[in-house]
Amino acid sequence: MFEFRIPIRDVVSNIVEYLRDALAPVFDGFAGAVDTLISAMLTAFQWAPVPVVIGAFALLAALLAGWRVGLFALLGLLLVENIGLWNPFLQTLALVVAAQVLITLVGVPLGIIAARSDAVEGVLRPILDFMQTMPAFVYLIPAVMFFGIGLVPGVVATFVFAIPPLVRLVNLGIRQVPQDLVEAADAFGSTSWQRLVKVEMPVARPSIMAGLNQSIMLNLSMVVIAGMIGARGLGAEVLRGIQRLNVGQGFEAGLAVVIMAIVLDRVTASVGRRRSQQA
Amino acid sequence: MEIRPPPTEQPATAPNPPDPTTKLSVRGLYKVFGPEPGKAISMLENGATKAEVQERLGNAVGVAHVDLDVRTAETFVLMGLSGSGKSTLLRLLNRLHEPTRGSIVVDDVDITELSRRELLEVRRQKFSGMVFQQFAILPHRTVLDNVGYGLEVQGTPEIERRDKAQSAIELVGLAGWERSYPRELSGGMQQRVGLARALAVDADILLMDEAFSALDPLIRREMQDELIDLQTRMRKTIVFVTHDLDEALRLGDRIAIMKDARVVQVGTPEEVITEPADDYVAAFVEGVDRSDVLTAGSIMQPVKETARLQDGPQTALNKMRRAGISGVLVVDAERKVLGYLRSEPLVAALREGAVGQERIHGDLMESAPIVGMDTPLHEVIGVASEGSTPVAVTDAAGRLRGVVVKGAILAALARPGRNGAEDRTDTQSSDSLPPRPSTSDIGRDGGRHV
Repeated sequence: MFEFRIPIRDVVSNIVEYLRDALAPVFDGFAGAVDTLISAMLTAFQWAPVPVVIGAFALLAALLAGWRVGLFALLGLLLVENIGLWNPFLQTLALVVAAQVLITLVGVPLGIIAARSDAVEGVLRPILDFMQTMPAFVYLIPAVMFFGIGLVPGVVATFVFAIPPLVRLVNLGIRQVPQDLVEAADAFGSTSWQRLVKVEMPVARPSIMAGLNQSIMLNLSMVVIAGMIGARGLGAEVLRGIQRLNVGQGFEAGLAVVIMAIVLDRVTASVGRRRSQQA
Repeated sequence: MEIRPPPTEQPATAPNPPDPTTKLSVRGLYKVFGPEPGKAISMLENGATKAEVQERLGNAVGVAHVDLDVRTAETFVLMGLSGSGKSTLLRLLNRLHEPTRGSIVVDDVDITELSRRELLEVRRQKFSGMVFQQFAILPHRTVLDNVGYGLEVQGTPEIERRDKAQSAIELVGLAGWERSYPRELSGGMQQRVGLARALAVDADILLMDEAFSALDPLIRREMQDELIDLQTRMRKTIVFVTHDLDEALRLGDRIAIMKDARVVQVGTPEEVITEPADDYVAAFVEGVDRSDVLTAGSIMQPVKETARLQDGPQTALNKMRRAGISGVLVVDAERKVLGYLRSEPLVAALREGAVGQERIHGDLMESAPIVGMDTPLHEVIGVASEGSTPVAVTDAAGRLRGVVVKGAILAALARPGRNGAEDRTDTQSSDSLPPRPSTSDIGRDGGRHV
């Protein structure tokens, strides 16, 4: 229709390339840090004998979410070990945990800031919408450009994709703390930090836990996609199944992802529920 | 000689009590919400109403030009309908709302000029937090930890904090519930937690926002009684917001009535009932059971004449004649009431020569009913209806301060707020029961009014 084409494509590419060059040390440092974190976790998981690790995970799940979830975790992990996916499972778990640590460290404070300021919320809202609706694959390209291939770009792409619900729900939870509780905190002479830690966060806990739960689920759904950029783990196994048109192999890897998802979901949901029941 | 009540007298204006220390003083206070509050304030200064400002500028007016003095250890009630600005005013006192203009002086410190940090200290040291309508206790904390909250944010060491919280819990009658969570408690008990949380801090000023309004009537009454009881022991300066007139009259040493962001009257419960400042207040207080609010002290009249035992019968009779009364109270040197002396038996006895001239004989006296200054009117009615003698009103030391005659009781009950304020003199001076200031039939005889 027009000769002129708006150069979104070129602009974005140029910006990303510029950033890659200008901030290379920062990205390298970040990649190094995340890599170290994941490797450390993997080493820890792989250091102990497999039955001990499975037992420890099952026990932890039982303590946090009850014996049913614990039993499910035990059987599920034994199955994973049996079908020879134990190492990919651990790699994926390390990636999920690393991404979740980053998501939580950034998402919770961001949600709190958004709850305190209408202006910040106004700016964040469209950005979060953008991050959540943009197809996740698109993040992979700059992530690879910045961090190379491997686990780190997987963590970063996961981070971008999974952080929005946490920020939203923390923001919502804190804004929904009843006005008179906030006034009570102030009237008794709380500093704003005391108000946050002693009143707002505890009262908003169910909402915050729901946000964590949501972000963990999104986080897991990125695992397979991260496999496409060289992140080892269950995602890579699924991909291998697809490439070889081996339905059985793909199903096994997918099943392992489902087991991990169910256990993580039940554990986080139950932590949120139990704390809120005291309320 | 017809027996009639002693004529009334203009009630001596109670001598102003030495002004007690002012705890909290508010001057020229405004709270206007929305942009450009300055314009709204100048409109309000020129007499515009809250509604006019809202319509013209769109600003919501919370509080418009309020001056108040709250005295140390009094219970000061802010009363008004919803939207009258009473809760906003309460929140201005500790700057939960930022005042738009005006000063709030607490113990000589103008808190409107304090930094956030200094304000925090004032909230901790001068105010015992606040008690809220919906309790506002923390759902994730036990009763003990809720009550200790105010001390916790001040950094009070844990052992001391627990001790103080425990005492406060016992004070409000919640001993045994320390480890319970709020959801396990009834509304009344939750509000006790709210009250204990404030008392645990033990600062001078206690702010209460519709604290009992969410409770059902029986519990509410119970809590009011307990607050009154606590207050006699603790002597806090309480600012209590309510929309309930009965509650205001029960709790308040003084009441400020608010309407459309302004304070329209400040006074004792009796003043509000008997001398409503305008039609609004009059309409407000119309339905009140006055016998609950009025006291013997508020309707008593000065004693026109008293007799002493050593006066002798003739002197006593002369005194009665001069004062134009048919009977007289006999008092001792300390003005303690000994009895009531009527003229007829005295005249009869003198005629028969049955009594000597020297002393009034005890047999001639009737016992006189006595009530205290703060006896509620409904009790005075009971006492007065038993006999035909006037009821003597004495102060705490038992000294005679005034008398209540039946006519005054009826008048006090009958006077319908402000209605008839204009024609008060006409209708009531022609009344045979002069109830209120009415000078028509007194003082002409030059009687000494004691």
